[in-house]
Amino acid sequence: MLRNKIFTDPLMDNNPITRQVLGICSALAVTVKVELAVVMTLALTFVLTMSNVIVSTFRKQIPHNVRIIIQLVIISSLVALADLVLKGFMYSVSKELSVFVALIITNCIVLGRADTFAMNNNVKDSFIDGFANSLGYGIILILVAIFREFLGSGAIYGISLFPESFYKSGYIDNGLMLLAPGAFIILGLIIWLQRTYTGFVEE
Amino acid sequence: MAEFLEHYLSLATKAIFIENILLAYFLGMCSFLALSNKVETASGIGKAVIFVNAITVPLNWIIKTYLLDDGALSWTGISAFSEVNLSFLTFIAFIATIAAAVQLVEMVMDRFSPSLYNKLGIFLPLIAVNCAILGSSIFMQQRDYTFFEAIVFAVSSGFGWYLAILTMSTIRYKLRYSNIPKGLRGLGITMILTGLLAIAFLSFSGINL
Repeated sequence: MLRNKIFTDPLMDNNPITRQVLGICSALAVTVKVELAVVMTLALTFVLTMSNVIVSTFRKQIPHNVRIIIQLVIISSLVALADLVLKGFMYSVSKELSVFVALIITNCIVLGRADTFAMNNNVKDSFIDGFANSLGYGIILILVAIFREFLGSGAIYGISLFPESFYKSGYIDNGLMLLAPGAFIILGLIIWLQRTYTGFVEE
Repeated sequence: MAEFLEHYLSLATKAIFIENILLAYFLGMCSFLALSNKVETASGIGKAVIFVNAITVPLNWIIKTYLLDDGALSWTGISAFSEVNLSFLTFIAFIATIAAAVQLVEMVMDRFSPSLYNKLGIFLPLIAVNCAILGSSIFMQQRDYTFFEAIVFAVSSGFGWYLAILTMSTIRYKLRYSNIPKGLRGLGITMILTGLLAIAFLSFSGINL
């Protein structure tokens, strides 16, 4: 496969969330605010790229029947590292992300890419694949977060977009967007849009 | 005694309905989306989740309390161990326990109950990477449950997940006969339906416990 294709494929046609259906849990949970989505994307980019590189480096040494456990150990060490860094330098954000940084371990994107791509390809390609998949994941995450934060709290990245007079004249933020159903419905609509654009139909 | 039971009952109700692990915390979405298109499969994986959850959460509680917490090793009586804090190993320990427990359950089931193995066996490997299982263990750690609370929480959060996937599979069964716009088929419509289901479960949040 061409290097370019490895990079561009996960961004649109083979997007990890909307097409491969991987890593949906965190995509829904951390999208209340754009800030959380950005931090989560950074954490996932670190874990996914590093795990792809490490797994691919050792791909010839890892025995086939215990590969899942080895991959899980590599991933969970990286996640523990990311979690400690977040706790040390961005304590309030890490409190808000609560369990979801830890759940990157079982985020299917990481294990899925490690098992299907990094086990069969060289280090350089695996690096590009890991990075591109995190980017594809981040695009959807930030898109959902923009809608939810805008409709739910009238702000984007913590900057209020409506003047005070707007609220005084009777405008109310849609609280449902901050709850679970808002996330499900917004992501459903984004998937619809993306699949209409790429022309992918699931039977 | 009555107060005692009431406490556990309210914990269970909270985990099943009010803070449903799937519909309020989004855990276990991957298997939920992939396996909710048939009622039999959905009920199979749902039961397997309850089962594995009920085993791994108490197991992780024991590991956390007697090995990993700050000063947890003081029971050994060795003074050098009394100040050891291994909590940075939590994630690795939890996921290793889960993977090992799943493997063990699979082997025991295969040996002693082939009929159950035939029903649930194929779902067990999938469960090792189900975030609902790891999520329950991490919630147990964050909320500082006691051992019995951990057991009740494990079973009821598993049951909440079972309820959600069973409901979704029956809705999707009905959906086969409807004409859905092309791009919305499959994943898209399932997400929107889950949203509606979550709105329905929101009505439980009025319950005061």
